[in-house]
Amino acid sequence: MEAGMNAGIVRFPGSNCDADVYRAVTDGLGARATYLWHKSTDLEGVDVVVLPGGFSYGDYLRAGAIARFSPIMGEVIDFARAGGLTLGICNGFQVLCEAHLLPGALVRNRNLRFRCHDVGLRVENAGTAFTTAYGEGDLLHIPIAHGEGQFVAEVSTLDELEAENRVVFRYVDRRGQATDAANPNGSARNIAGIVNAEGNILGLMPHPERHSLSVLGNTDGLGVFQSLLAAVSRARGRRSDTAPPEAPEVAAGAVAGAGVSS
Amino acid sequence: MTRTSLERVETRPGDPVMSAALVAEHGLSPEEWEQILGFMGREPTFTELGVFSAMWSEHCGYKNSRPLLRTLPTESAAVVQGPGENAGVIDVGGGWGVAFKIESHNHPSAVEPYQGAATGSGGILRDVFTMGARPIAIFDSLHFGSLDSPQSRYLFDGVVRGVGDYGNCVGVPTVGGEAIFDPAYERNPLINVMCIGVLPLERLIRGEAEGVGNPVMAVGARTGRDGIHGATFASEELDEEAVDSRPQVQVGDPFTEKLLLEASLELIERDLLVGIQDMGAAGLTSSGTEMAARSGSGIDIDVAYLPVREEGMTPYEMLLSESQERMLLVAKPEHEEAVREVLERWDLQAATIGRVTDDGMFRVREDGVVRVEIPVKPLVDDCPTYVREGVMSPATAEARAADLEAYGAFGSDEEVATALRTLLDSPSIASRRWIHEQYDTTVQTNTLEGPGSDAAVLRLPAEGRALAASTDGNGRHTWLDPRTGGRAAVAEAARNVACSGARPLAVTNCLNFGSPLRPEVYFQLAGAVEGMGEACRALRTPVTGGNVSLYNETGGQPVYPTPVIGMLGVIEDLERRVPSAFRRAGDEIWIAGTTRDEIGGSEYLAACHGLVAGLPPALNLEEAAALVDFLVEGAADGAFASAHDASDGGLAVALAECAVRADGGPLGCTVDLDAAPAGANVSAAARWFGESHSRVVLTCRPGEGERIAAHGRRHGVPVARVGVVDGPDSPCRLTGAGHAIAPPAAELARIYEEAIPRRMSEEAGITS
Repeated sequence: MEAGMNAGIVRFPGSNCDADVYRAVTDGLGARATYLWHKSTDLEGVDVVVLPGGFSYGDYLRAGAIARFSPIMGEVIDFARAGGLTLGICNGFQVLCEAHLLPGALVRNRNLRFRCHDVGLRVENAGTAFTTAYGEGDLLHIPIAHGEGQFVAEVSTLDELEAENRVVFRYVDRRGQATDAANPNGSARNIAGIVNAEGNILGLMPHPERHSLSVLGNTDGLGVFQSLLAAVSRARGRRSDTAPPEAPEVAAGAVAGAGVSS
Repeated sequence: MTRTSLERVETRPGDPVMSAALVAEHGLSPEEWEQILGFMGREPTFTELGVFSAMWSEHCGYKNSRPLLRTLPTESAAVVQGPGENAGVIDVGGGWGVAFKIESHNHPSAVEPYQGAATGSGGILRDVFTMGARPIAIFDSLHFGSLDSPQSRYLFDGVVRGVGDYGNCVGVPTVGGEAIFDPAYERNPLINVMCIGVLPLERLIRGEAEGVGNPVMAVGARTGRDGIHGATFASEELDEEAVDSRPQVQVGDPFTEKLLLEASLELIERDLLVGIQDMGAAGLTSSGTEMAARSGSGIDIDVAYLPVREEGMTPYEMLLSESQERMLLVAKPEHEEAVREVLERWDLQAATIGRVTDDGMFRVREDGVVRVEIPVKPLVDDCPTYVREGVMSPATAEARAADLEAYGAFGSDEEVATALRTLLDSPSIASRRWIHEQYDTTVQTNTLEGPGSDAAVLRLPAEGRALAASTDGNGRHTWLDPRTGGRAAVAEAARNVACSGARPLAVTNCLNFGSPLRPEVYFQLAGAVEGMGEACRALRTPVTGGNVSLYNETGGQPVYPTPVIGMLGVIEDLERRVPSAFRRAGDEIWIAGTTRDEIGGSEYLAACHGLVAGLPPALNLEEAAALVDFLVEGAADGAFASAHDASDGGLAVALAECAVRADGGPLGCTVDLDAAPAGANVSAAARWFGESHSRVVLTCRPGEGERIAAHGRRHGVPVARVGVVDGPDSPCRLTGAGHAIAPPAAELARIYEEAIPRRMSEEAGITS
């Protein structure tokens, strides 16, 4: 059985964090990564799909609105609906919302300006396939870089997300408090990242891939990729015991929460 | 399509009739017109007149600056490509090169700040990736009028959004720069953008048109009527009707730029091209003629094949359009189809519009009929140049002669504390966070030190190495003394780069001046270039290219003469890089370099007394070079915990900056300024806020100061221990010249951080 993980990174025209995710997965994590061209309809058997940040198709209509209709997205949607692990970062999160794989929408930042700086993030759910490397309540410092990152949704949707523990990351201050001042874009309830009900699709605005290399002095984001690697390995272990499912199954429970940051 | 005999050049029906007035409208003097008639042997067509107008503008032809620029040093072991190409290239080791260049977009930004700044960024990015380099960083050096003016706030806001949106979308981090505010730039802001890219040196490609019969292809966006005569526009003074020039400002499309970037790098990596060049200023005209000139070849194109955005465009318009995101490339003949495939994959237009010839002609057809036939060499290389007489302006002479003695002393400690607060609240000194938080500073995961540091530091592909870069210039100093200002721009940029631990290697320059036809402006230009050359030689940092922007004036007032230097340096071991802010309580604080009795031209006089007067601080080249060696070797030895250049606002401001910028929140300090190395008879104001050159605030671990002292002795740099870093709740206790102040570090940080946001808040209003 092959060890490790092959992460498929979708390249839309205008993606610009694709290479950063590639380096985080290969140099940071030591796993494999494969670029998936937007005009292709073949996921090439990757274990995980990542929709990276950038300005797909220029984002001239609405962030992520056009990318959602590119040929590769048909395959990505099928993969995600079948339980495949799918991560959308920044513009990728916007695409996932546009594709209705995640609820809510991302609109222009509260101050109507692009914002780029490190934010404090609290891990709200360390039991997802994307966060088992962290501990519940861990505080991370990860950059944001977006103009349209304000997460909005119906109150009932927000309540549902909270009730089902699907808010995975929240913007917090240095003391870990989800204050208004710590909210960089006006997101509802300081929400920075959410998962779908099945737990196999995560979207988040901050860029974990930018804090995944030790040479840059901060590896708070690497845990997301470590978690994915662990989830893929677990699924593969189970698959070799039983009949192989179509897509990697998602781990329900948390593995040891080895927080990479305090 | 090779031709040796001249074809008949046909005037286009409907073209204006040639007249002296038409020639003058095209910015050509009667003497220049005579010169053209001489080597053409006939009267040019209207289309040809347009070509001459663009190529012999200051922007393309460097009429007034070329004789001066020729005096600059351009060579060293590190320089792979000097001036004359799309961008300069230096060798940074491990088989890697760095391409870099700075360019201005002043006039377009004065008229339409958002698009002006955006397209400025787009142009300089293309200059870098057409060398085969992937852009890894953008710097913006910005000069505006006072933020008290609604017009300046409008321009500032639009420019920051424009620079940000473009770079953010293309995915190149904007990691450094400067923002200076002074009424001298009120109607004519300076928007200079530097781009840096990396390339494997064996992949270096140039803007050349070689190989008879090779296909010439236009790729990227379609050609429209926007920006026609932008190069000529950039070579005129802005007047009250300038706002009517909005149609001359192009519109940027960073999404297409990103596709062009990826496609171009793929074409170069697969070795499918002979040459490639941005269709920038003067569009197809300059790219076509310059590529042919570099190769000593000719070029024969038919505009009927050029993809256009609108019907009915004339050859004149197509040749002079400055529509953005277009490139001209010469493909290897056997790869023409492969080139097309790559571009198609990236959803880009590609059209073969002509061939390379060997007859030395720039020949343009319209459906086969020749409309332009100009010999390339005289067109590109024989643009007339002018050496003028320069004279110091009476205003400068008067300001230099001012008696500053009355400003040397303080009335009370409180006056000192107020001056420090005023300086930290000056937008030219204050935190640039409001700006750089609108820029993506971390995409591409190379940023080791971003904005807020003396130099930005980026990791290089060559293992373990890092690149440091900074942009600097001081218009006020240059106005008071052009030669010193030119020297100082180079020396300060070198100091900033060296503070990070990098060895400065080469510069790119952007010369922002008024009309060279004014003797006082020519005096400034000539003096500044002379000073730059002296400093570049002394610091062994040759000039690899740059840009000249003249005619920066409105309503008869030239801007401050502002040479901006972009300096690059390399750190051999990125783990040895040195941050600029204080690191931790308990560290020793040292000052290197001599404080002299110099307050002329200082930010202190300007911000606290509303005075621009005196002689700017002198720049001793030996001292500057010794300080750089001291910093580079000390950093490599691990002798410094931090290093920060003292410039605007002097030592007191430099110390405060180290305190308030500390990672994890402001730190206090206790410093005796009287302990710093100093010359004779230094006034109190000079000791606190004077801007003597070649001084740096250093820190080290407690008890390790002897290493700093040893490096100082080795390089003949005077150093002294002046104090200690205190904890986060401590004040900045500064004493000197009989005065003592102790403002809380947190309060200084608040002032420093709030200065720009407060002025840009909604209540302040932004109006057009």
